[in-house]
Amino acid sequence: MGMTITEKILARHAGLERVEPGQLINAKVDLVLGNDITAPVAIKEFLRLGLDRVFDSDRVVLIPDHFTPNKDIASAEQAKVVREFARKFHIRHYYEVGRMGIEHCLVPELGLVGPGELVVGADSHTCTYGALGAFATGVGSTDMAAAMATGEVWFRVPETIKVVYRGQRQPWVGGKDLILYTIGRIGVDGARYQSLEFTGEAIADLSMDGRFTMANMAIEAGAKNGIFIPDEKTWAYMAEHRPPGLAQGGAALAGGASDAGGASDATDWLFSDADATYAKIIEIDVSEIEPQVAFPHLPENSRGISQVGFVPIDQAVIGSCTNGRIEDLREAAAVLKGHKVHPEVRLIIIPGTQAIYRQAVREGLVDIFLEAEAVVSTPTCGPCLGGHMGILAAGERAISTTNRNFVGRMGHRESEVYLANPAVAAASAILGRIAGPEEVR
Amino acid sequence: MQYRGRTWKFGDDVDTDAIIPARFLNTSDPRALAAHVMEDADPDFPSKVRPGDILVAGKNFGCGSSREHAPIAIKAAGISCVVADSFARIFYRNAINIGLPIFESPQAAAAVTTGDEIEVDAARGLIVNRTRGETYPATPFPEFMQEIINRGGLMPYVAARLGRSLADG
Repeated sequence: MGMTITEKILARHAGLERVEPGQLINAKVDLVLGNDITAPVAIKEFLRLGLDRVFDSDRVVLIPDHFTPNKDIASAEQAKVVREFARKFHIRHYYEVGRMGIEHCLVPELGLVGPGELVVGADSHTCTYGALGAFATGVGSTDMAAAMATGEVWFRVPETIKVVYRGQRQPWVGGKDLILYTIGRIGVDGARYQSLEFTGEAIADLSMDGRFTMANMAIEAGAKNGIFIPDEKTWAYMAEHRPPGLAQGGAALAGGASDAGGASDATDWLFSDADATYAKIIEIDVSEIEPQVAFPHLPENSRGISQVGFVPIDQAVIGSCTNGRIEDLREAAAVLKGHKVHPEVRLIIIPGTQAIYRQAVREGLVDIFLEAEAVVSTPTCGPCLGGHMGILAAGERAISTTNRNFVGRMGHRESEVYLANPAVAAASAILGRIAGPEEVR
Repeated sequence: MQYRGRTWKFGDDVDTDAIIPARFLNTSDPRALAAHVMEDADPDFPSKVRPGDILVAGKNFGCGSSREHAPIAIKAAGISCVVADSFARIFYRNAINIGLPIFESPQAAAAVTTGDEIEVDAARGLIVNRTRGETYPATPFPEFMQEIINRGGLMPYVAARLGRSLADG
């Protein structure tokens, strides 16, 4: 009996020939990630062990991105805990304001994750790296502490749901729409405790940025991880981003964690076997999907843009680990060019990293945003989680390219968040109500 | 272990933002977090909850963020355990890792209403509703997870594996 790519990666990192869904294993990790909210709790737990080093100071990544640049004294104290720990324990991958980005945009951009690797992060959207064919999953702070100490994490091997996307995408339909549609279909617990494997020709057709968006939101269906089989686009991305000295081909950072060498060795284990067992196979014809909007207060409340009706908005946010990449900014700029933001709307645009920001400047996108009277912010998770940089008052309504629209997510518990792709968010900012890009003349 | 207490009932898909909103995450002090527990689900909850109370919820409890502050806030508020139809994955493992007892019981989740007095028998996988005179099964933990819970969470377990003693947290 064959295995899925998720099972193969877990087996290799557990030092086992094979694993079965439901099996409890201890797996070695290639990378451990934390941010300014989750790392302080992890650091406190880690320090209780009295160790003088982490398992590997090159494989712990600390990125203060949620409340930074610090919004208040309390958050500054938390960021300081992370900074001082990074210095004392010689953490190589610590990224300070000015060099940092939203963690799930920055980590792939720096080439720190590759196909076949195993990553845990004390942030639920760590599943983003499944776009690169890694097993990546969100954990809590205590898991992060244990992983920093031992280089290992316990897992229950998940069953896998295969989602096959067929057909040709309509204009303005991207990764965000495919994943919102999928979550709408299976529900916010549709893949609970399970792995989502995204396949099909409509996926092959999708850019890396679109795949990051989809893998990012696997958690919004309750999934443990979302994963794509590496293809030429994946390897091209790795060739562009992985720094020299770090081998390609899976578990390259790990050395001892697993023995994968070059890409040729990688090919026999970086795909799912034809006779792998799936809990379920879901087929989706993407040609029937129009740009999606998820209504409050769950990502599963998605519907096509033509079914939205009249929904006036007070704020639009374009950014986050879901849609803060260069392709997202290009899409927003294509809609905004030559237009002004509606007088009763605030449009906030947040490039995911400094490199994305500079690229947006070089391409003239930032000029288009400023000309449209949007604000452009330094990279931060701020508004996505109601942290800072765009908090909603009671009764206010936002359209956002972020990943969650829970009660109170972006501010007051009587505010509302609607989720959409960058083109829809941009068009809505211009028209002052939720609208598709084709409505903007 | 047995837990007996008064229940507070919530619905499906109670997310981590409802359990502890991000605006309070500029601290990780358990008491400060407990002061706002479940506030966006029920603004009066922090003033109503008493030590020993039990949370009962529908499916997918704790969906959303990886913030361990959510189970920490529940535990620090004195809530003895959580019973739900099902738990979101990260919340599930966070609760085990910090030693917050949680129990999956679709039957209890469907039948219990706020104010019921229930008794949870972890070893037997049984929940007894004293108010209604009903009994519901609860899914027992695999041995490995039970061992983590019995040791008081993941860090004591890791310390034992590394042969180290654990400083007070």
